Amino acid sequence: MTALAMQGVGITLGGTVVLDDITLHVAEGEFVSILGPSGAGKSTIFRLLTGALRHDRGMVTAGGRPLDQGEPGFAFMPQRDALMPWRRILDNLTLGLEVQGMARREARARVLPLLSAFGLAGFERHYPAQLSGGMRQRAALLRTLVQGRPVQLLDEPFGALDALTRTQMQAWFEDRWREARWTTLLVTHDVREAVALSDRIYVLSRRPARVIAEIPVPAPRPRLGRAPGPDAHALEAQLVDILLTQTGDQT
Amino acid sequence: MQHPPPRHQGGGLIRGIPAILSVVSAFVIWELYVRVSGISPLMLPAPSRVLEQMVQNRALLWHNTLPTIQATLSGFALSVSVAFALSIVLDFMPRVRRALFPIFVVSQTLPLVAIAPLVVLWFGFDLTPKILLVALVTFFPMLVALVDGYASTDPEIEALLRSMGASRRVLFRTARLPSAMPYFFAGLRISITYAVVAAIFAEYVGARAGLGIVILNAKNSFRPDLVLAAVVISSVLTLVLFAATALLQRIVLRWRDVGEVR
Repeated sequence: MTALAMQGVGITLGGTVVLDDITLHVAEGEFVSILGPSGAGKSTIFRLLTGALRHDRGMVTAGGRPLDQGEPGFAFMPQRDALMPWRRILDNLTLGLEVQGMARREARARVLPLLSAFGLAGFERHYPAQLSGGMRQRAALLRTLVQGRPVQLLDEPFGALDALTRTQMQAWFEDRWREARWTTLLVTHDVREAVALSDRIYVLSRRPARVIAEIPVPAPRPRLGRAPGPDAHALEAQLVDILLTQTGDQT
Repeated sequence: MQHPPPRHQGGGLIRGIPAILSVVSAFVIWELYVRVSGISPLMLPAPSRVLEQMVQNRALLWHNTLPTIQATLSGFALSVSVAFALSIVLDFMPRVRRALFPIFVVSQTLPLVAIAPLVVLWFGFDLTPKILLVALVTFFPMLVALVDGYASTDPEIEALLRSMGASRRVLFRTARLPSAMPYFFAGLRISITYAVVAAIFAEYVGARAGLGIVILNAKNSFRPDLVLAAVVISSVLTLVLFAATALLQRIVLRWRDVGEVR
């Protein structure tokens, strides 16, 4: 079953064609990545899916139905954690449920049992400034997931972390994902991350963005926490080659 | 983050010592100068004489401090409430903001020296003109602080809330208003110092009682010691109000004072 599909989607912003022709789909329980050169319009796709922008051409469907403009269908995790510094961690986590109209007490009851799996137990009364970068990112992820939306949109969720924390977070995230199989669309420019986490990868051209490759990643899971096989290396090399052809013209 | 790093609590007394020392030594030098030079107290009274006058005239001073406090607090409350209400309107209606903002800027360029007598002329010698003048002086800094504060909201937080389906109203309540609070308190601290000065000046121009009247009468009867006594009281009043806003900020912006426990 297709959870999310974009069919020939295009958008022109201020006279510039940012997205030319985006056609992709995400099946239920699937992990799909969008890989592209910097400034290709990866984040524009998310702004469009979260209702911040309206597309000019093509169609977006969620669960088989055309996406109503303005109706939130997907949970979104922005690049930086975007935790509200004035809210305690618990109140940050319940934010999405509260916006949906759920009573605070009920929202807390929903979130509290999930804290330990996200390494946040005992920190629910802390403010975001009191947490490390990795913890804040896990909190931001949990805030995304508890909204109970059918698709999770992750915009370079580990991009702001230092290399070591990023590697730890990716392995931790893979473990969580293998348990829960959240339908996920990840935007990244990190080839290794895309290969490590995805079932399929879409590669975007440089602006105006089109999908120029769709590459399945058949490697068995778990993939992280051990040495990557030769297949993974070959795939990474192939993806880097495709991306280099896209950036080469500009330099 | 855009916010300054959390301040660490404690040690306030120790950090205050240099300030206390410099104030005390200024008074000591002043006192010594008056005693050594033998300058007439009609020109420059010694701090000890000012203090003595404050004790002697405590009934008079107290009686005249109350109306000043009343004018300051009423005018300030009026200006903060109006600025707050209006800032919300302006935040929801950018067109109204563009139409009205120049008028507010102009209101700030009016010289108090010219406006105060007119306001007294129109509204009489009672409390009303003082409240209005205090409000006029403090309104704009408060409004600007709030409007700037709303604009300081992290765009990623706004994008996140929109993706959750938040309405403009929910966006304001959960993101823009809390983001504006540090700016609000910065504006509050600045305005409260203006407020006391504005109240005294309004009294000076025309009133039945108040510190401004004490200053006016003392000046007219060549009593610089009494003028300075009133000045001391107004300074103390300003400091107390300033401390009160700082305390309020501490309570409301608790999250900015948290230490890092990683």
